Amino acid sequence: MMRLLKYVLRDISRGRWVLLYFLFFFAITEGLLFFTAGEAKTIVGLMNVVFLLIPLASIMFGTLHLHNSRDFIELILTQPVRRSTVFFSLYLGVSLPFVCSFLLGVGIPALIHAAAFSPAIITLLLTGAALTFVFTSIAFYVGIVINDKAAGMGLAFILWLFFTVIYDGALLAITVMFQDYPMEQPTIAMVLLNPIDLARIAVMLTVDYAALMGYTGAVIQKFFGSGLGLMLSVTSLLLWIAIPFGIGLKSFNNKDW
Amino acid sequence: MIVIDHLTKRFGKQTVLNNVSLEFRPGTVTAVIGPNGSGKSTLMKCILGLVKPTEGSVVINGRNALTDVRCHADVGYMAQIARYPDNLRASEVIDMVKGLRERTADVSDTLINAFDLKPHLNKPMRTLSGGTRQKVGAIIALMFSPHSLLLDEPTAGLDPVASQQMKDQIEAAKSRGASVIITSHIVAEIEELADRAVFLHEGMVIHEGSVSSVREQLEVLR
Amino acid sequence: MRLTYMKPTMIIAVMLIASAGTANAETITVSKNGRFTSVRQAVTSSQRGDVVYVEAGVFIESNIVIRHPLELRGRKGAVIDGSNTPGTLITVKSDSVLISDLELRNVAISYVDDNAAIKIVNSKHCEVLRCRIFNGFFAIYLSNSQQCRIADNYLKADKGLESNSGNGIHCWTSKDVYVSGNIIDGHRDGIYFEFMNRGTVIGNTSRNNLRYGLHFMFSDSCTYSRNKFIQNGAGVAVMFTHYVQITDNTFSDNWGPTSYGLLLKEISDSHLRGNLFDGNTIAIHGEGAARILLEHNVFRNNGYALRILGNCFETTVRDNTFEGNTFDVTTNSVNSQNTFINNYWSSYSGYDLNKDGFGDVPFHPVRLYSLLVEQVPSSVILMHTPFVNILDLAERVLPTVTPETLVDSKPRMSAP
Repeated sequence: MMRLLKYVLRDISRGRWVLLYFLFFFAITEGLLFFTAGEAKTIVGLMNVVFLLIPLASIMFGTLHLHNSRDFIELILTQPVRRSTVFFSLYLGVSLPFVCSFLLGVGIPALIHAAAFSPAIITLLLTGAALTFVFTSIAFYVGIVINDKAAGMGLAFILWLFFTVIYDGALLAITVMFQDYPMEQPTIAMVLLNPIDLARIAVMLTVDYAALMGYTGAVIQKFFGSGLGLMLSVTSLLLWIAIPFGIGLKSFNNKDW
Repeated sequence: MIVIDHLTKRFGKQTVLNNVSLEFRPGTVTAVIGPNGSGKSTLMKCILGLVKPTEGSVVINGRNALTDVRCHADVGYMAQIARYPDNLRASEVIDMVKGLRERTADVSDTLINAFDLKPHLNKPMRTLSGGTRQKVGAIIALMFSPHSLLLDEPTAGLDPVASQQMKDQIEAAKSRGASVIITSHIVAEIEELADRAVFLHEGMVIHEGSVSSVREQLEVLR
Repeated sequence: MRLTYMKPTMIIAVMLIASAGTANAETITVSKNGRFTSVRQAVTSSQRGDVVYVEAGVFIESNIVIRHPLELRGRKGAVIDGSNTPGTLITVKSDSVLISDLELRNVAISYVDDNAAIKIVNSKHCEVLRCRIFNGFFAIYLSNSQQCRIADNYLKADKGLESNSGNGIHCWTSKDVYVSGNIIDGHRDGIYFEFMNRGTVIGNTSRNNLRYGLHFMFSDSCTYSRNKFIQNGAGVAVMFTHYVQITDNTFSDNWGPTSYGLLLKEISDSHLRGNLFDGNTIAIHGEGAARILLEHNVFRNNGYALRILGNCFETTVRDNTFEGNTFDVTTNSVNSQNTFINNYWSSYSGYDLNKDGFGDVPFHPVRLYSLLVEQVPSSVILMHTPFVNILDLAERVLPTVTPETLVDSKPRMSAP
């Protein structure tokens, strides 16, 4: 696999998008750390940007890249290589440079200003990396299943919109609709099902934002602070990576090019 | 030696290849011809493992091409349109394919000289012209001296010098005993290169034989 | 700054001199190898108006009861340690007693008695100055006393459980008590007033206490100035009280699910001016608060700056600075009977065409989402989601749900 991965990594890392991505995160993190003092607020501000941009960039770039690489993929598939090897290499080749440029873009300014990583920064970096893998997985699935480039990009955007905005809108509608019932458990379940919400809650808990959330906050803190909560959160994120990746791989293996 | 047996491919309700059986013998250049949508490229892709047939089998040098990717080690393929990762250099693309095949290609330097690619080797692929990219494709297809060679419009996009070079390479492959399959729209080119032609129409083999006999057949159809 | 301390101090000093005026005061010394080897012995043998000096050394004893006017002073290194002895260390049951410069430590924890390091009962004109009290359970305890002064003491307790901790300065049913310059750390409540009249709390620091930094109930006409309330479990609570002056204090880093900078419950006719609220979960929580004037305060980096429930009325909020709070103002009611005017809001995005320093567009400080959270608490889980930001933006552009009357009609363009 390394034989192919090496070249995909080289191709993506030399592209301007990865550099822009790094510069953007570097500038935004440096800016926030430079101008604001309160750490919790900085982290939350950064989180707002990170969790908006990472899913968008990952899903759009992933889908686009898969479409643009069709001829190249055909060339590779005529070589004596297994299809799953090709898929793995493409996936890691696209996601790893973006994960690295995010980690460095946020991590370097954080280290400059704090000398050591706080638990909040570590959580942000870990969840940001996880979201990159999640949305690249989804992007690859979209890129394989939808043959038309414009339609694929459109679907990718709608999926991003769904996870970022629509899902939360539905969650809110449900909590309002059933406000006479205890809704803490169902909302936690819904949070577990959306990787972005899950990442957001994880970061907010590390900066002690649960205190702002009253009783609901206490319930959330208790749940996600428990071994079971942590396990379910990690499992959920891993499944969000593995399931789209798995069905993407299956489609890739059976696809007619 | 490539043997295709009762090959059928359906996309949904549409039948693209209908019960095609063909043999491509060593030392023979076969031209696959037919109008657009006749199933030429699907046939090529079935041989290359890019398209999974609904029924039938493809055997390359005794190996089942549908299940055994190792048979690709002895197949060279040149696509009609060549697109490569934007930020890789031509030399890297060539090295990558060598790496994937886990072998060195003794003739790659000779081919690079023959196609005059040396000045472009260290440039990123995105900066290369379509013709130059096509040359990279030709080198990749030819550099392992494979026993099966599939060329989709091999001279389209190439300048006259490279075009002639390509033809020479096809002749050379034939004389060392390779099974060569080409598709082309240029009748003169087919007559010049091919020993045999297969005429496809709506997924079926209408005629198979010498180039001249297929040509006569075409006249009749018109 | 110091000058303002002088006035009440002088009054009390004059009162003390007047009441203590005896001619033949003696000086008695307690030391490890002198005539008196225990403080209790010395105090018992002393006469009205004597001065008892405690020399350097650790005196393990408790239940020292002062029954006549007296000065009990510590020399450097004088320690009274209540280890393994039950009860209060020093009980004052007389007017005009001064205790100063002593180190007192290890008061027995009791679940029945409010043991203290210094307990002043039914007395007037007493002073506790510059004492250092470690693990005092109830460090300084006043009941039914008047015109007393507690100043410049350092009270430190190892933060334990709420049930086995006592308050730092605990006063009840007292009048005219003056508490200044003390540092109180790690107690249950830092300063606790119940049924106190005309109490004055100035320049104290109350921090790291388990519950409230300052907790007072039924204590009318009190003044709190220039104090710092930092990192207390539940902040400061002011309840069931009228006529309170709260000025120039700092309430900061009181962060936690049940923590407030300042809890105002059933408070009326009070004045809050020049206070800084920084980094609290809820800077001010107003519940049943009436006729309160909030002016020139700074609310910075709080979760909720002002949480003002529907049962608050005739409260005026003016010339305050609201900067970087997650929510500036929240309420649980669509009707507001309070006035907001001339405040500076960092989230205000209006313009000032006539350059008079005030925005031309009114500012609605209540976000739609905060109203939603009040009504449907579990929707708080969506805090900081793009959806909620869009919702708030839409509401700001076209207010439909947020209280129309809760509006700053003339917001400032910059902080006052």
